[in-house]
Amino acid sequence: MTPILEVEDLVKHFPVQTGIVVKRTIGHVRAVDGVSFDLHEGETLGVVGESGCGKSTLAQVLMRLEPPTAGTVRFHGEDVFAKRGKALQALRRQIQIVLQDPYTSLNPRMTVGDIVGEPFEIHPEVAPKGERRRKVRELLDVVGLNPEHIHRYPHQFSGGQRQRIGIARALALRPEVIICDEPVSALDVSIQAQVMNLLGDLQREFGLSYVFIAHDLSVVRHLSDRVAVMYLGKIVEIGTEEEIYGRPSHPYTQALLSAVPVPDPALRAGRARIRLSGDVPSPVDPPSGCRFRTRCWKATEICEDEVPDLVVRGAGHHPSACHHAEEQHLLPSS
Amino acid sequence: MLEKATGASPLLEVDGLHVEFRTRDGVAHVLNGVDYHVEAGETLAVLGESGSGKSVTANTVMGILQSPPGHVTGGAVRYRGEELLTATPERRRELRGEHIAMIFQDALSALNPVFTVGFQIGEQLRTRRGMSRRDAERRAVELLDLVGIPGARQRVRNHPHQFSGGMRQRVMIAMSLALDPDVLIADEPTTALDVTVQAQIMDLLAEIQAERHMALILITHDLGVVAEVADRIAVMYAGRIVENADVHSLYANPCHPYTRSLLESIPRVDTKGSALRAIRGLPPSLTRIPPGCPFHPRCPMAADVCSDVVPPLETLPGGRSSACLFAEELVGR
Amino acid sequence: MSDPSSLGTAGPAAEARRDPAAPAGGGAERPRSLASDAWHDLRRRPLFLVSVTLIAFLLVLAAFPQLFTSADPNAGDLSRSRQPPSAEAWFGYDLLGRDVYARTIYGTRVSIVVGVLATSFTVLLGGSLGILAGFYGGWVDGLLSRIADVFFGLPFVLGAIVVLATFREEVGASAVGITTLVVLTMSMLSWPVSMRIMRSAAIAARDQDYVRAARALGASPMRVIRQHMLPNCLAPVLVYATIALGAFIGVEATLSFLSVGLRDPVVSWGVMISEARDYLRVAPFLLLFPAAFLAVTVLAFVMLGDAVREAFDPKGR
Repeated sequence: MTPILEVEDLVKHFPVQTGIVVKRTIGHVRAVDGVSFDLHEGETLGVVGESGCGKSTLAQVLMRLEPPTAGTVRFHGEDVFAKRGKALQALRRQIQIVLQDPYTSLNPRMTVGDIVGEPFEIHPEVAPKGERRRKVRELLDVVGLNPEHIHRYPHQFSGGQRQRIGIARALALRPEVIICDEPVSALDVSIQAQVMNLLGDLQREFGLSYVFIAHDLSVVRHLSDRVAVMYLGKIVEIGTEEEIYGRPSHPYTQALLSAVPVPDPALRAGRARIRLSGDVPSPVDPPSGCRFRTRCWKATEICEDEVPDLVVRGAGHHPSACHHAEEQHLLPSS
Repeated sequence: MLEKATGASPLLEVDGLHVEFRTRDGVAHVLNGVDYHVEAGETLAVLGESGSGKSVTANTVMGILQSPPGHVTGGAVRYRGEELLTATPERRRELRGEHIAMIFQDALSALNPVFTVGFQIGEQLRTRRGMSRRDAERRAVELLDLVGIPGARQRVRNHPHQFSGGMRQRVMIAMSLALDPDVLIADEPTTALDVTVQAQIMDLLAEIQAERHMALILITHDLGVVAEVADRIAVMYAGRIVENADVHSLYANPCHPYTRSLLESIPRVDTKGSALRAIRGLPPSLTRIPPGCPFHPRCPMAADVCSDVVPPLETLPGGRSSACLFAEELVGR
Repeated sequence: MSDPSSLGTAGPAAEARRDPAAPAGGGAERPRSLASDAWHDLRRRPLFLVSVTLIAFLLVLAAFPQLFTSADPNAGDLSRSRQPPSAEAWFGYDLLGRDVYARTIYGTRVSIVVGVLATSFTVLLGGSLGILAGFYGGWVDGLLSRIADVFFGLPFVLGAIVVLATFREEVGASAVGITTLVVLTMSMLSWPVSMRIMRSAAIAARDQDYVRAARALGASPMRVIRQHMLPNCLAPVLVYATIALGAFIGVEATLSFLSVGLRDPVVSWGVMISEARDYLRVAPFLLLFPAAFLAVTVLAFVMLGDAVREAFDPKGR
């Protein structure tokens, strides 16, 4: 079956400019530098990485909020970047986004009803005018908010509730794919679970496919079927949740997993501690060959010369972009 | 109340602290009787979400509470038995940095962008220890080295914005150690950092603490970090301590419904569980704290009595305590 | 894929998901927009109340001068020239024997109208260009900003004098003509300020997540500007406008004083002050009364602007 979303060698570079009257480009921030993956219907693909890895830029480009520098994205086999006018509007109905910050993702001057109803204003063919109010109330109910609060303003809601409003808005047009860009990162711990459960429930009820972007590996594991690990604009490893968390083969993934704190003091002594040295290199001037080599304990000459492709290697089962990929069990109980 | 068997007072203790904030919407009861203490060489984690009062307590201890709008309305803070809240501002300033130091979540705003890090670290040494400029700079280089900043001798001349997030945090740690404090309060030191950097910083703190036999008060909301580094934990909710226990007991057998629910609601990286058991509802608004137990509107075990009585922090067997009327039952489970 | 409309409010799943807690913050059952929040805040501020009362009074003066005086501001009797204030003419008579009190009252209308018109044009012109520059960025922004810079570089008083002196004859003695010329001149030389204010507010708004979300939904640029950016950019412009109003009234007075602005047959405080210039020592009351009115009016608007700015300050929200 064709994947619902196919991303092929997606590239996004931002020019770095100087000059006052006439601007010269002196370099590029290579935010996304050749990313490829598939999203299947009904699944959740988690995208993890630390700051600067390009995952948020990836979200922007997938949503066509930023134009790509190169590469293709296909939705149901059709080229997303080639769409214009009506076809583009139709696409907008199918792919939506939930943003990170509940305090800036809602227009403070609009009522909740207007915010959740705006998709219907922009796409009037989805619902006739008379029905819109009812649909908005239903959406509020579906995300666990009181439909009576339709006339309230965002500042009268808590962070978790605002995030629910953002989810209701994304759901309004009944999209097939929702890109979740760090949807729970800005929420309190006790509220995160509520919103995560909501996302899981909605996926099951509406058959949604998610691209779930986050930096918190525990959160990603909970919701994802497959996971892609990003570093400096590239995917370094991709596989099922069980493969990535249970048998990671890329050194960066391994370092990430050994760094994530586990809420169980009994496991303190037994954990493998891989500690990376140095800082993340600048995305304007990434290292040659394998970008991770400057912090990698396995780096050899080949790592400097040859860019490792994201392919299944050796005895492995899932693609990994490392010349010395080797599966390892790192987490205590998996 | 919190004195050890030998009669000596704890290194740092907070006793029944009450703090109010006058806001536009009324009086916010930010702290409603906070008790905790820490000894030399141990790590106390103060665990709570936003609004729990964990940062306000730390700011009050350090004497940097914004006042107005904050006012201490009761309780005491003692360092080696000495009352701090009634001490003179000079004495408090003396203790700050020299005996009790603090590091914050956002190093970029805690450090002055206009001066070099060497100058800022050296400033305390020059003013408090009377060191010469050259000696202060030399010591600053040593400190930067200690916290793992490569090329310390050159980097001592850099400004804060020239460091990455993790490095800036290390600079802040170096600054806090300049006067060899006995107690270090770390307020969400790694929340804004990537997980790999977080691990490095937590390792560094542990190393420094062990070396200097320093007391560390770690303020955080991250149950994972706490499990990895803490000796004892004080769980805060709505300006109160709701549970106090050593780390192993707390995780193996939480004795307060809030702690229990929190542990059940977090996703874990080492297992893929089924649906998380979310805590329903929202943390209370501090201007309108519910009567009785502040957690009762959200508590899965709430009974009628919970809205009438404010549960006191009761001691339980094993040197732990819990502010729940049904704590005894939970101990057994 | 099921339709969300088919899921009713019943059912355990919906119950489990429902978030029963009351909203944070206000807690009032009545919805409170930021504007109404600001209004409630303003109502309590003495600065606001005083300035609004004053301005309301001035507006009544401007709209219904007949209520306050029955004399004709332009009717002069030379035999009464420069008579000081008395029981029958509270402010005395000016050089041409005209009732100063009547002139001051009628002058209110002109001064305020000129101020309001000048502010409106400035805000409309500068605001539109600013929001376009902020939204589109790129070469549009570059072009508009450079044009604004050119106008910004012109010194106001000098520029005004030049323009007004040049077109003096064309306009002749028509009251409407003179007033229009002065209003347009003031707007032409002041719009860059409101443009910049709007532009920076627009740039800040453009990067907000909710604008991004609207674009992700497929909103047209017009919709994004109208619905999302404009309402959130109005506050700083509004604050500027209230203060500018006061300033423009003062500016008009200045230009009239310099004999390039309004003149006969138009009556404004600036005109009166200009006419009183040569008689300061002999008949100070000719200057005093219009100057006092002018000062109080400008002050009232500035106070209003201050109060509005504080009420709209997001840090207080």
